[in-house]
Amino acid sequence: MTELTRMTAAELSAALAAGEVSAAEVTLAHLDRIAAVDSRVHAFLHVAADRALAAAEDIDKRRRAGEPLGPLAGVPIAVKDVFTTVGLPTTCGSRILEGWHPPYDATITARLKQAGTIILGKTNMDEFAMGSSTENSAFGPSRNPWDLSRVPGGSSGGSAAAVAAYEAPLAIGTDTGGSIRQPAAVCGIVGTKPTYGGSSRYGVVAFASSLDTPGPFGRTVLDAALLHEAMSGYDPMDSTSIDAPVPPVVAAARQADVSGMRIGVVTELSGAGYQPGVLSRFAEAVELLESLGAKVTEVSCPHFSYALPAYYLIAPSECSSNLARFDAMRYGLRVGDDGVRDAEEVMALTRERGFGAEVKRRIILGTYALSSGYYDAYYGKAQQVRTLIIQDFDAAFGQVDVLVSPATPTTAFPIGERADDPMAMYLADLCTIPSDLAGNAAISVPCGRAPEDGLPVGLHVMAPALADDRLYRVAAAAEAALAGQWGHPLLAEAKGLD
Amino acid sequence: MTTSMGTLVPFAEAMERYEPVIGLETHVELGTRTKMFCGCATTFGAEPNSQVCPVCLGLPGSLPVINRMAIEYTIRIGLALNCTIASWCRFARKNYFYPDMPKNFQISQYDEPLCTDGWLDVPTGDSAIRVGIERVHLEEDTGKSLHVGGATGRIHGAEYSLVDYNRAGIPLVEIVTKPVEGTGAAAPEVARAYVTELRGLVRGLGVSDVRMEEGSLRCDVNTSLAPRGSGRWGTRTETKNVNSLRSVERAVRSEIERQAGVLDAGGRVVQETRHFHEDSGTTTAGRSKEEAQDYRYFPEPDLVPVAPDAGWVEQIRAALPEAPSARRARLQAEWGLSDLDLASLSNAGAIDLVAETVAAGASPSDARKWWLGELARNANDAGAELASLAITPAQVARIADLVAAGTLNDRLARDVIDAVLAGEGDPDDVVTARGLAVVSDEGALATAVDEAIAAHPDVAARVRQGKVAAAGPLVGAVMKATGGKADAARVRELILDRLS
Repeated sequence: MTELTRMTAAELSAALAAGEVSAAEVTLAHLDRIAAVDSRVHAFLHVAADRALAAAEDIDKRRRAGEPLGPLAGVPIAVKDVFTTVGLPTTCGSRILEGWHPPYDATITARLKQAGTIILGKTNMDEFAMGSSTENSAFGPSRNPWDLSRVPGGSSGGSAAAVAAYEAPLAIGTDTGGSIRQPAAVCGIVGTKPTYGGSSRYGVVAFASSLDTPGPFGRTVLDAALLHEAMSGYDPMDSTSIDAPVPPVVAAARQADVSGMRIGVVTELSGAGYQPGVLSRFAEAVELLESLGAKVTEVSCPHFSYALPAYYLIAPSECSSNLARFDAMRYGLRVGDDGVRDAEEVMALTRERGFGAEVKRRIILGTYALSSGYYDAYYGKAQQVRTLIIQDFDAAFGQVDVLVSPATPTTAFPIGERADDPMAMYLADLCTIPSDLAGNAAISVPCGRAPEDGLPVGLHVMAPALADDRLYRVAAAAEAALAGQWGHPLLAEAKGLD
Repeated sequence: MTTSMGTLVPFAEAMERYEPVIGLETHVELGTRTKMFCGCATTFGAEPNSQVCPVCLGLPGSLPVINRMAIEYTIRIGLALNCTIASWCRFARKNYFYPDMPKNFQISQYDEPLCTDGWLDVPTGDSAIRVGIERVHLEEDTGKSLHVGGATGRIHGAEYSLVDYNRAGIPLVEIVTKPVEGTGAAAPEVARAYVTELRGLVRGLGVSDVRMEEGSLRCDVNTSLAPRGSGRWGTRTETKNVNSLRSVERAVRSEIERQAGVLDAGGRVVQETRHFHEDSGTTTAGRSKEEAQDYRYFPEPDLVPVAPDAGWVEQIRAALPEAPSARRARLQAEWGLSDLDLASLSNAGAIDLVAETVAAGASPSDARKWWLGELARNANDAGAELASLAITPAQVARIADLVAAGTLNDRLARDVIDAVLAGEGDPDDVVTARGLAVVSDEGALATAVDEAIAAHPDVAARVRQGKVAAAGPLVGAVMKATGGKADAARVRELILDRLS
């Protein structure tokens, strides 16, 4: 392995700015790393080697010409295959979109290009972002770089695995029920779900519109903050985008100070069903924060227990409508168009063949929940629960600045273990779903390894909407103190792929 | 189950036994420059699929953004229809699969429409009836399918279908009436008069060109029948493909005749969508509402709620043009018309034309005379609407002017009108080119009068005896001799002078 792939985005940024290394060299190093390890990790669905190198050379040329460039110019990045990208396919991990080349860039794709980041390729994901392991990808699962027999989490598992395997210093994903924070936690890296509306959804192929939130992955809190800042901000193309300045996340990550902060431990997010080693690492992290000057109290959010069922009505309802457009008429897979079958049959055959089991399960679930006569009992009731969860957060944030919990109930589970048990799979998002339902901000930062399996555990920090900077203060403080204890970043303990 | 038994019952007979209730759902395509949720142009008749983008094609990842002008236009319509404007409302998704719907859901409004509970006063015969407006809401139009091959031009049996998405995403306003009761046999005319009045109102608001033939105004007609005096309503049908004012009237009439037949035979009217056929004037069954799809409406999560500010609504209200009913009352007073005169102008769709002719200098009575007389006959012969005739109010005013000046008589004026309609140019051009001016040379007329008297001595004798009314043949002879270009009144005057 070359040094370049071990460097953080912040370190690469400094080296690039100082002219110590070229963007082309950095890009080539990461492409080499992908070539060396991705057959085992399967983080990527498409690698854009030529485009990436061309973009890197362009950055180098502009830098030589003295053009002012942003901090991430020349830094490679991996993009979840749910963002539209001109010149690269966008499949969402689904057969139904296999080979689709979108004619437009997502707002975030455009911003990444604008910032000068080098898009290495598109990463694997659970089909249409539905899942917690990448096992629902039509193109096979990604693997956890800590243990290739285990899942990297999901749905943004490819992005998390790419960063954890040093294939990219940065990646973007989307979080609908935990799809950034859960894979970040089980891969031992940092992942943030920004405030809903803080990062644009334009060009993000929709799973559940009222929940989908694009966000950053990095190996360090500062890296995640740099990417968070570059990708976020108001977008007039997204009606739900918030017209407000991006919270000062980079400054907060550098501040890394929790003295005087009020931290609430959520009572409901622990106990039965949680892996003991996850709970012990979490408890130690909380003690550590207290030792750094935070005031820790326990806070009850009584309706969090209903978050999972509410989520599994709202998200499928929205997805049943959002995924209706995949009908073989305009793009993507088309099955049965033999000149005899009518349009309706072709639509049905295409959807039967093109969607995987989990996607179909959720479409059926959502179609049922929205049906006349059932709407009030299911979708309507779930929206009421959502309001109660928001009220729980409001009450809690009246007492504390941030809430904390484990990011996931367990560490990474073996591939195949939960594949046939949807309920067990859904539980992986138990801690992350409340923030999605409320639309506020949350982060997962590594806080050690569970003693029983040696796999990484994530500390989950939740903050009010538009207070994303608080996440970075807490996460960066924890990161610094823990690295001090360990003498190195957690990821350095991974057995590795070499 | 008996569903379609029975034969058509003649309308008058049906009205003896049954009482109809009608309702109308009218779709108006707004004339905004750009589409409802994206920046694409809305020009009618453009090259297929040339006015499209990721948003109106519903490409994966695309998102809608509300066109503020469409909201303003809808509020304008709502206010003109005396509706309450919601202070907060949402769009909803209406989910169903159809190839010309890019997302397989339509962004519409469901239980939270922008405008509710208004009315429209509709002139009928020599009075007006007040039609209640249930709601006015905003939605996006679908694309347009062209079904090629097959007998019906509809999707079933077609060889293949082409879809044009230029129309997809054009803002569409749906105006739904409350049930209209108590019209009796006038139901078909009331339906037509309502659409006519609504069309005039919307056109006057400047928010749509409301062209039925281009589909920028589309109408669904609901009809039900119940036995007279039963005090209840029957099962309604919804008739689609009603593409002209005349069809609105015919569709209601035809449904009444059909439903009366079903009920007479002891059958049950099925709640269903029916398709109107322009050629036969009848309807056939479409989709049955009883097995209709469940649209699974839910609030559109990609959009934020619409909350029109009260100040903005009042600004829009203050800028509304004069309502058609108020305008009619004003013109009636200005022109000195009886209620019946006004009704005939209104029924002929001639109010705007007369007003413009008056504005171009004609007297109100002359303007009315030409539009309701010669021009109405022409339109009727051509089966066209008055407004679509190839003559402008300014041209009509000029013809009235030429008659008043004595340059033309009524007969010559009719010839000029025919020539203008035939595309021979302005009235003055026609008069010159055809040499149609009245003969006003007194010497020439006097000679013709003398010749006529000499040729009809018996007639001349009776006139001399005081039988003034007997002068007709003499006037006719003079007119014939001058090729019709003389002023008949002047000719009569000369004859009577000579024989007195």
